[in-house]
Amino acid sequence: MINRKNLIGLQHFDPPEIELILDTAVAMKEIVSRPIRKVPTLRGRTVMNLFYEPSTRTRTSFELAAKFLNADVINISSSASSVVKGESLKDTVRTLEAMGTDIVIIRHPMAGAANLLAGWTGAAVINAGDGAHEHPTQGLLDMFTVREKKGALEGLKIAIIGDILHSRVARSDIWGFLKMGARVSVCGPATMLPIGIERTGVDVYCNVDKALEDADVIIMLRIQLERQKAGLFPSLREYARLFGLNRERLSLAKKDALVMHPGPMNKGVEISGEVADSLQSVINEQVTNGVAVRMAVLYLLIGGGDA
Amino acid sequence: MKLLIKGGTLINPDHKKIFSADVLIIDQKIAALDHNLEIDGAVVYDVGGKLVLPGLIDLHAHLREPGFEDSETIATGTMAAAKGGFTSLACMPNTNPVADNSSVIAYILYKACQEGKVNVFPIGAITAGSKGEQLAEMADLKEAGAVAFSDDGRCVSNAAVMYRAMQYARMINMPVIDHCEDTRLSAQGAMHEGYYSTLLGLKGIPAAAEEVIVARDLVLAGETGCRLHIAHVSTAGSVQLIRQAKTRGLKVTAEATPHHFTLTDREVTGYDTGTKVNPPLRTLEDVNAVRQGLRDGTIDVIATDHAPHAQEKKEVEYDNAPFGISGLETAVGLVWTELVNTEILSPLEAVEKMTINPARILGISKGLLAEGADADLTVIDPARTEIVDPAKFVSKGRNTPFAGRTLAGVPVLTIVGGKIAFEYAG
Repeated sequence: MINRKNLIGLQHFDPPEIELILDTAVAMKEIVSRPIRKVPTLRGRTVMNLFYEPSTRTRTSFELAAKFLNADVINISSSASSVVKGESLKDTVRTLEAMGTDIVIIRHPMAGAANLLAGWTGAAVINAGDGAHEHPTQGLLDMFTVREKKGALEGLKIAIIGDILHSRVARSDIWGFLKMGARVSVCGPATMLPIGIERTGVDVYCNVDKALEDADVIIMLRIQLERQKAGLFPSLREYARLFGLNRERLSLAKKDALVMHPGPMNKGVEISGEVADSLQSVINEQVTNGVAVRMAVLYLLIGGGDA
Repeated sequence: MKLLIKGGTLINPDHKKIFSADVLIIDQKIAALDHNLEIDGAVVYDVGGKLVLPGLIDLHAHLREPGFEDSETIATGTMAAAKGGFTSLACMPNTNPVADNSSVIAYILYKACQEGKVNVFPIGAITAGSKGEQLAEMADLKEAGAVAFSDDGRCVSNAAVMYRAMQYARMINMPVIDHCEDTRLSAQGAMHEGYYSTLLGLKGIPAAAEEVIVARDLVLAGETGCRLHIAHVSTAGSVQLIRQAKTRGLKVTAEATPHHFTLTDREVTGYDTGTKVNPPLRTLEDVNAVRQGLRDGTIDVIATDHAPHAQEKKEVEYDNAPFGISGLETAVGLVWTELVNTEILSPLEAVEKMTINPARILGISKGLLAEGADADLTVIDPARTEIVDPAKFVSKGRNTPFAGRTLAGVPVLTIVGGKIAFEYAG
């Protein structure tokens, strides 16, 4: 078990804890591959999916993970709740807690929402993405996928490419991979590289070819059109030309480099369709592994109790 | 009514003197400063071992009334001031309605007269509605009692409007106080842009957002001859710009807040909305530069930027929380703990920055410790320590990042116009 109430971010997790989650996820993946994918581990427990942002894959992934473990799952989205009536996050959570819930999974557009929530509720809190802060289960499933393919994480060269400034996936990946002994490079336009990111221990590049050199893993980030409107880059065309991953660029990385993307993809912008669908791409396996990793997290946070 | 303050150590910043004397107050004035005064019928306060100062003046406070009485009122804000050792404060015009016309100024002065514990000096808006477009009726505001002009909380972003405002304020010999922030550079930022905003995933407010406006204002002040006061200086670059301007002989003054000379952006870790303030908490380098600016006189004034908010407004996501720190009740302790006890400022220098300097900038006859002066006095006990407990604040705003801190230097007696406005009960 993990001696913590919450999973807010990987920044404050220790390598043995991460290792335990990844090891547990191996067993969970085995369960998912069975014809009858259900174990009674979380029977009688209630899991609340509290989503303040639209999400398909993360919400569904958590829902499936909880259901495979036999928990009762309630989905609440901000558009169909008292949030639209002006209720504060604190009051919403207190209300839901009063109805009895063991674990709250929160997705929120603002950084720090999961931290605040954890202070306001006695239930366990899992951060499913808060603003540009962290998305720890995505980081974990990325590590799980790489470990499964490469055997170990230590010494690998990981290149994360795109809008680092706004990416919670990048932050969780950076913390997670660095803690597990990998080398991490980040690369993007100067306007999308957050100040001081090198102090985390990553190498920073604006030249994508340099970042890709000898990479074992390439993680491409989604570029959002509204960043262009905000003046952070001139055009999707120029972005794709300077930072997009195509077959020629991919050849700069190691021959067996893995191509990853947290989705949803803009094919033809940050990644060419050809690369996304190539044999080196493990993008679909990331999705499968997401369920196993989230089962592991749910189990480790609340499954060991006396219920 | 006679009050006799016996045995204190007096600090007179006007003459830069520290001496022992008793103070006799008759009605609203200081009647005598002398040794071993014995007066029949006087109420005697023995303050042996404590410091007796001219009443402290806060040049920058938000009283929230009219319009935001759930966050503060003139009654509660001035009570907090008295408890914090302040006998006078200047209140910013970002109320609702904005203090951009004489009737709002008159209303504030009336309420302060009826319910206020300390002297209130309203600051009028620079522009109508603080929208940064048309000038407010500055002469009218002055006649009604405004002591300065500011669009605090909002920066006058249009340089041409600021240029005209300074020309006009100069004509009527009034200072302009600017909250320096290029709102396009700071747009939607929640904290200082730097390593910690990167870790926390919060949108950053770069130091440049403050500095480009400080630089602009210094140029405009030079052109117009207007007395310019820069509010809440927070960056090393701003301190340097102001220092250079003063060397050139420009009529510019500046203030720093206790939170900007004490805390860094690292405090935001954990997303405590009590740390959300504008300008934001900056880096250690900036904090040290602000301290150096205070020490070498570049920064003339210590002001609180008291910005109280009702509890529920701060119990939200960091991005959704309003900016501001409730500062009146922690200011003296922070000045003594962070600046005096660390020997960055002498007690006399610290007192200057909270009395005579703001009085001179605002053109008010306060900050004096002399026979015939207004009987506004603050007694502080520099040896006493206290742990900051927001639950004990008398301000409606309990939003503070200092909860739990031990501060040395406690105001124990505040006298306003010859009346006891606050007495420390332990």
